Amino acid sequence: MRVQDATPLVKIRNLHFSRGRKVIFSGVDMDIPRRKVSAIMGPSGTGKTTLLKLIGGQLKPAQGTIEVDGQNIHSLNTKELYQLRMRMGMLFQSGALLTDINVFENVAYPLREHTDLPESMLRKLVLMKLEAVGLRGARDLMPSELSGGMARRVALARAIALDPMMIMYDEPFTGQDPISMGVLVKLIRSLNDAAHISSILVSHDVKETLQIADQVFVISDGKVVESGSPDELAVSKLDWTQQFVKGLPDGPVPFHYPADDLNEDLLNS
Amino acid sequence: MRVITDYFVKLGRKVIAALEKTGRGHMVFVKMIAGFDEILRRPSLLIRQLYYIGVLSVLLIGLSGFFVGMVLGLQGFYTLSQFGAEASLGVMVAASLVRELGPVVTALLFAGRAGSALTAEIGLMKATEQLSGLEMMAVNPVRRVLTPRMFGGIVSMPLLAAMFSMFGVLGGWFVGVGLLGVDDGTYWSQMQGKIDLHEDIYNGVIKSIVFGVVCTWIALFEGYDSVPTSEGLSRATTRTVVHSAFAILGLDFILTAMMFGE
Repeated sequence: MRVQDATPLVKIRNLHFSRGRKVIFSGVDMDIPRRKVSAIMGPSGTGKTTLLKLIGGQLKPAQGTIEVDGQNIHSLNTKELYQLRMRMGMLFQSGALLTDINVFENVAYPLREHTDLPESMLRKLVLMKLEAVGLRGARDLMPSELSGGMARRVALARAIALDPMMIMYDEPFTGQDPISMGVLVKLIRSLNDAAHISSILVSHDVKETLQIADQVFVISDGKVVESGSPDELAVSKLDWTQQFVKGLPDGPVPFHYPADDLNEDLLNS
Repeated sequence: MRVITDYFVKLGRKVIAALEKTGRGHMVFVKMIAGFDEILRRPSLLIRQLYYIGVLSVLLIGLSGFFVGMVLGLQGFYTLSQFGAEASLGVMVAASLVRELGPVVTALLFAGRAGSALTAEIGLMKATEQLSGLEMMAVNPVRRVLTPRMFGGIVSMPLLAAMFSMFGVLGGWFVGVGLLGVDDGTYWSQMQGKIDLHEDIYNGVIKSIVFGVVCTWIALFEGYDSVPTSEGLSRATTRTVVHSAFAILGLDFILTAMMFGE
């Protein structure tokens, strides 16, 4: 193992973030390792996507630091930030493909923006990336002609176009049929292992995520409540983790939204 | 007492929100203009927007101009003929068009057609995370997406206003000369003699450039700053049209006072 491999890829310390009056994070500490699939899990609305945006420098924390590959992302100037972003890929929940250009051009987009590659080389690269996600044959389709799963695969091909050091996946499994889900699970794992890309996966799909993750962070109430390997989480003693992993309807996260006593409520017409 | 303090708290929040929005609007404007070198690097971005914003508006502008010119010809003829001055119809039609109606009506139509489309487009790009996606690909969305549209609007507006005036003059000619019997030569020669290049035409062009800047700015900013939901987007589109209309009419008064006031 090289020395660099030992340092975390993303180091988060004492992260605080609020949206208006709603506190999203209050003191998150996290070390995301290199070359592994790290999953950040938690119920909807816990700010998992927000965390990715904070790591990508799209949002600024109220307090605390985030270091990506040793650089404090919020102290970089625009140029340095953009240079760092070229080494970060992000897969948005919607795919975020540009709707006015076709699949080929979408994947070629970052290459055209950031490199001066000759057209023939660019074509080969794009086709190779599309081949990796199994959509070389779909190169001439427009984004509107793709299914949700295909759109995410194209977006994945685009995210790896510049051979980034890491990819952040925002809810990659949401709204996918079982086949697309299986394809994405396999792709995330194989890209991580074959291309040595570190993966940060944000998801609430427990089964799929635990299947491929090396390390899992469970977030609740603005903090990391537990972290460890999927096996460790499966035998966790924490009620909260048990409820989340097993999908129990009631527990530390109550079934009922906080409300007055039912009888009183019904009688007070 | 509580009601009164609540009222002031609410009022204060609204004022602060409005000031913040104005600030954001100006920041975006500066960034859009500062991104001009992006257009020099890739002129194709601007050309594409000139097509969508300008060329696709030509039919609407031309047709509207022709109808407005016809009405001017008709109204002008009846009023002028009461004083036996129908020979001045050409001047009246042309002066009204190049000084006022050309820039103003073009800008209003522009806000309705191109402005609302720009807001919807940018707002949808935001809602579907395309703008965030660009940022994460290390592409600045303001320079890459907004700047070409901004300059597309600034260049298109004066050209569209000129076309509006041209079709208007033809519309006035069609009614005045073709239908109501004003002398053809008088219509054109009076116009040629009385319309001044600086006083009338340049001032009209300046107006339309100002309207182009303001309308496109409002449209782009409203889209960029919209709440990315269907309701937020529909509100932003409405605001674009309403704010643009107010801005155009208000600015028209100020510019007219500055240009033609003593």
